Amino acid sequence: MNTEITGVIAMYAITILLAIPLGKFIGKIYMGEANWSDRLFNPIDKLFYKLSGIKPEKEMNWKQHLAALLTMNLVWFLFSMLILMNMSWLPLNPDGNPSMPADLAFNTTISFVSNTNLQHYSGETGVSYLGQMVLMLFQFISAGAGMAACAVVFNAMRERTTEKPGNFYYYFVRSCTRVLLPLSIILAVILLFNGTPMTFQGKDQFISMQGDTVHVSRGPAAAMIAIKQLGTNGGGFFGANSAQPMENPNYLTNMAEDISIILIPIAMVFALGHILKRKKFAWVVFGVMTVGFLLLVIPSIYYEMKGNPAVAGMGVHQNLGSMEGKEVRFGSAASAYWGVTTTVTSNGSVNAMHDSFTPLTGMFALWGMMINSFYGGVGVGFLNFYIFIIIAVFISGLMVGRTPEFLGKKIEAKEMKIATIIALLHTLLILSFTALSSYLFAHDPKAYASWLNNPGYHGFSEMLYEYTSSSANNGSGFEGLGDGVPFWNITCGIVMILSRFLPIIGPLAIAGILAKKKYVPESAGTLKTDTGTFGIMTFAVIIIVAALSFFPALALGPIAEFFGMTHP
Amino acid sequence: MRQHILPALKLTAVCIGFFCGVYTLLIWGIAQASPAHGQGEKISVNGKVVGFALEGQSFTQDKYFWGRPSAVGYNAAGSAGSNKGPSNPDYLKDVQAKVDTFLAHNPGVKKEDIPSELVTYSGGGLDPDLSPAGAKVQVKRIAAVRKLTEQQLQLLIDKNTEGPLMGLLGPSKVNVLKLNIALDNLH
Repeated sequence: MNTEITGVIAMYAITILLAIPLGKFIGKIYMGEANWSDRLFNPIDKLFYKLSGIKPEKEMNWKQHLAALLTMNLVWFLFSMLILMNMSWLPLNPDGNPSMPADLAFNTTISFVSNTNLQHYSGETGVSYLGQMVLMLFQFISAGAGMAACAVVFNAMRERTTEKPGNFYYYFVRSCTRVLLPLSIILAVILLFNGTPMTFQGKDQFISMQGDTVHVSRGPAAAMIAIKQLGTNGGGFFGANSAQPMENPNYLTNMAEDISIILIPIAMVFALGHILKRKKFAWVVFGVMTVGFLLLVIPSIYYEMKGNPAVAGMGVHQNLGSMEGKEVRFGSAASAYWGVTTTVTSNGSVNAMHDSFTPLTGMFALWGMMINSFYGGVGVGFLNFYIFIIIAVFISGLMVGRTPEFLGKKIEAKEMKIATIIALLHTLLILSFTALSSYLFAHDPKAYASWLNNPGYHGFSEMLYEYTSSSANNGSGFEGLGDGVPFWNITCGIVMILSRFLPIIGPLAIAGILAKKKYVPESAGTLKTDTGTFGIMTFAVIIIVAALSFFPALALGPIAEFFGMTHP
Repeated sequence: MRQHILPALKLTAVCIGFFCGVYTLLIWGIAQASPAHGQGEKISVNGKVVGFALEGQSFTQDKYFWGRPSAVGYNAAGSAGSNKGPSNPDYLKDVQAKVDTFLAHNPGVKKEDIPSELVTYSGGGLDPDLSPAGAKVQVKRIAAVRKLTEQQLQLLIDKNTEGPLMGLLGPSKVNVLKLNIALDNLH
């Protein structure tokens, strides 16, 4: 078989094999069950609690969880703005990079605090090493915050009536120290021994074989690249992200990084199974997510390996597929696979330029972000999926004429209203801001000429992609977009902040309200949620709500481009 | 909210110390034990550094194997792709021009033998590799310029080809810098 295909299959298989035990482990640490990690990590965690004045055994209701999360994020926001706007004179700046202007610092801060990692700067020239390290800090703690929010919802879903599902800080600290930290160390070591730099020295220089003087950017990269993948952050150390050879030196590191992208999102589903003691339900959720994932990944690989029809028309041979924006050491199959894994999760790191994907692969990347719950971001991916489950339960309940119940709790009007608002928020943000930018461009193409790197349908796709990526907290881009200007910095910042916090607040509120309700034991009349039928129902809801509502926009962008190229 | 402010401030400070401090220093420490000490692997010829193993550099002379087109001109102080869309007419003209240039420098090569990686921009602009086919299509030109036999060059490419990982996973590749150094050593 083609070695590019076997490589991709191996990546996915290894991911699942690792995710199942990891999920069980995550379930144990959230429930406080004794396990091997206690001996090593109990002292570290205790130090965190002691220095921060936290009582991890004090349980909180859902509003207190929210307050804890939002207050921490506010502190992070202020700290980040302070550093990013003063980098030029602060230490660890050997290359003499400048401080950020306010609008770029605002965008970058929101971007990293919200786990998005949209980058309107280039790592080599836009931030100092201190700036990189602060951004790396957010890659740990924003991921930890998302996982903690998910843990609260898991705990609230258990079969009992409770006001107070656990302690937020407890989940947060454990997510950071016991999951993200050890996995990051492993990945960073793999990267180091394959050539990724980790140094505090500035640029190096040499004289090339043809006599040119070349400067080479370096820095403390390995530490950041590890957590950027594991925490579904995606913000690269270098401008070209994981397409830059130092950031992703060979096929082995590419496998390790790509496995890390979807490892924790998948493991969270199995953690759910462990916490609720409903393994079958977890497999149904995993099944729905996997079907969606495969429907996106298989055609993407097919189209990238097939090549660009316009380049084929020139007569050159494309045995390796469409190579524009791709690296030889990965090939087109692994680049397309990465393109989908990074967009279905909210990672957003890239090993190939998405702007140069063939039209339909670009569309599948967009679709992955529009749905945003086929695995999804660490923690928040399941929260998005949870919203779809609530809607699916309600609709199925109406269809069979029973009171909608989910895991022994009645779903009523209030929960449904919250779920619907959250489900529609994503569509509203993406489409209205894309409409705004398209309006501006269409009415004065000369004034905004620097925005688009490509004409026609593809130019529209560049704008649609930017807001989709912002709203999905993804962070990848059709990077041809000239996005380093106040308009894009500010609007994307607004989209990212709304689409980070509202989709956390909504599920937390629903789960908190449901947890307080009386537990109704399962009976013959209960709608079973751990069956294939319910899986199909959930899938249908996702397709109708999240996929079809974007179809008109996709028809104007990638679909129009596709037909323009194949049937000119 | 007020009761959460102090824990938030303190916990953030602890995280700064732990992740920016302890974790970063730990990885930096481990880097000192890695082959290139975390500095990036350099390649020297006669004691003089001529490049980094992982980063491609510009080869435009006919006597060397050319690498892939780079959107940053192989300036390793930055990195970027072209970000050109697949249907962009200006981009397609650019690709056509690259095909024509290649044919002009490589008499005897037919355009259907040119692998697309030689006329398309890499993702990061620093791609150090070519596919074996991308190197072999340049053999005729280099053999003529260097007065070597084509067979010698084919052998050189085979010797410098790295197969798939464990023979099973991913594409084959040739590091252009190492190949050109080996080429210079043939004389």
